[in-house]
Amino acid sequence: MSPAGDLWAELHVTDETLKTTPLDALHRELGGRMVPFAGYSMPVQYPAGVLTEHLHCRAHAALFDVSHMGQASIHGPGGAAALERLVPGDMVWLAPWRQKYTLLTMAHGGIMDDLMVANLPRPGGHERLFLVVNASRKHIDLPHIEAHLPAGLRLERHDDRALLALQGPAAVGVMAGLAPAVAALPFMGVGALTLGGVPCLASRSGYTGEDGFEISIPADRAEAVARLLLAQPGVMPAGLGARDSLRLEAGLCLYGNDIDETTNPVEAALMWTIPKRRRAEANFIGAEPILAVLAAGPVRRRVGILPEGRAPARGHTEIIDDAGVVVGAITSGGFGPSLLGPSGGGPCAMGYVPAGLAVVGTALSLMVRGKALPARVAATPFVPHRYVR
Amino acid sequence: MTVRYTKDHEWVRLEDGVATVGITEHAQEALGDVVFVELPEPGREVDEGEACSVVESVKAASDVYAPLAGRVVEVNQAIVDDPALVNRDSAGEGWFFKLALADEAAFGALLDEDGYTAFLETL
Repeated sequence: MSPAGDLWAELHVTDETLKTTPLDALHRELGGRMVPFAGYSMPVQYPAGVLTEHLHCRAHAALFDVSHMGQASIHGPGGAAALERLVPGDMVWLAPWRQKYTLLTMAHGGIMDDLMVANLPRPGGHERLFLVVNASRKHIDLPHIEAHLPAGLRLERHDDRALLALQGPAAVGVMAGLAPAVAALPFMGVGALTLGGVPCLASRSGYTGEDGFEISIPADRAEAVARLLLAQPGVMPAGLGARDSLRLEAGLCLYGNDIDETTNPVEAALMWTIPKRRRAEANFIGAEPILAVLAAGPVRRRVGILPEGRAPARGHTEIIDDAGVVVGAITSGGFGPSLLGPSGGGPCAMGYVPAGLAVVGTALSLMVRGKALPARVAATPFVPHRYVR
Repeated sequence: MTVRYTKDHEWVRLEDGVATVGITEHAQEALGDVVFVELPEPGREVDEGEACSVVESVKAASDVYAPLAGRVVEVNQAIVDDPALVNRDSAGEGWFFKLALADEAAFGALLDEDGYTAFLETL
């Protein structure tokens, strides 16, 4: 049997070259299988395994360490207007204690990263925007943002903070048991709260399609908060393996796979992040090429793809049309344990196909191990979102 | 009945010229939850070391190799229907395929239990 790619990574990469999160010791104590990810040593799974962790998240609550992601704040008056130069979303009208998903766009219309932005008013009316960016891109995003801040604004990197995600239908009960006010947070609401005496910032959001919270914690208190959450009934630790299968089922993009510098928001099916006002103003980096693609119609589109059989089709799998021509590729693919509900799981994927084929139900073939396997374009999410709105 | 092993983490059980092949406990543990298995066609001739089966976990796909040259005479549909069986009983019910061996003597050249255990320690 050939060891799969990431098994080799575990066996052969020296840990000294990797960064660790504040929860590294806890992961090892819990039996986490550590792998390199975005320059960090991260748990891909714990002894329960990816399948169990994934299913437990959708049934109860799972705790993920996502401290590798970049956390930063833009401080100063006019921060929202300044950020609107760099993102196509509505920042100026983002209400206090609310968060929004948006994109950092590039001059040619590509996507630098996807991120969350929260409006956190400080005492005395001081404006502050709190950002969470991808681990693999923070070294590009943050200098880019900083370089574009006008005088009077500064970027603070929160390298002294950890980030945990508690996701699943039981998450709100767990959190409310520790901080009652959290139950009143709406989806994409943000609040300052105390967990076990530790001051935290929590948003009601996540990357699984389930209800849940992302919790920013001072690094030196993070292990204590993690232990507190894990001690609550129904909470299980989950690693990056489950995080990936959960977000894939939820139809959520992974930067580097489904979106990158070569994809524009139109073809990526992310135009919902660009409201009418921003399209009209067209004053964000890359506005001209993006709006041009919108007007002309994109050449290709990101769609959900369901293999008809049981074989998963992974990233880079070629997509073939009924004439046998290669027309696209899978950008994320794997196995969804919750795909069929109680009946179990099945393969699911996302990829780009020519716009004309981007219709739910269109038959395609996927080249897996030299064979053309039947598949069809499908709507995402594959597993319905259960956000509490 | 003896069991022998390969450095590719397959086990082989030989009985009346037919070798039953599966993946070891070490392999199923390293792989994680198996979600899909592809088995060779019965009747297919395979060379020693030829990739003839695929086992997939949630995260990745791995090849399973023919430990010895021979002809596939039977495959285990049970693991196609219930891939988790590979994790639950890798040494027994989770077998992959059976080969009619081209050369039974080659079985003796495979690693015995001690040899495989020693090999695992080098990893």
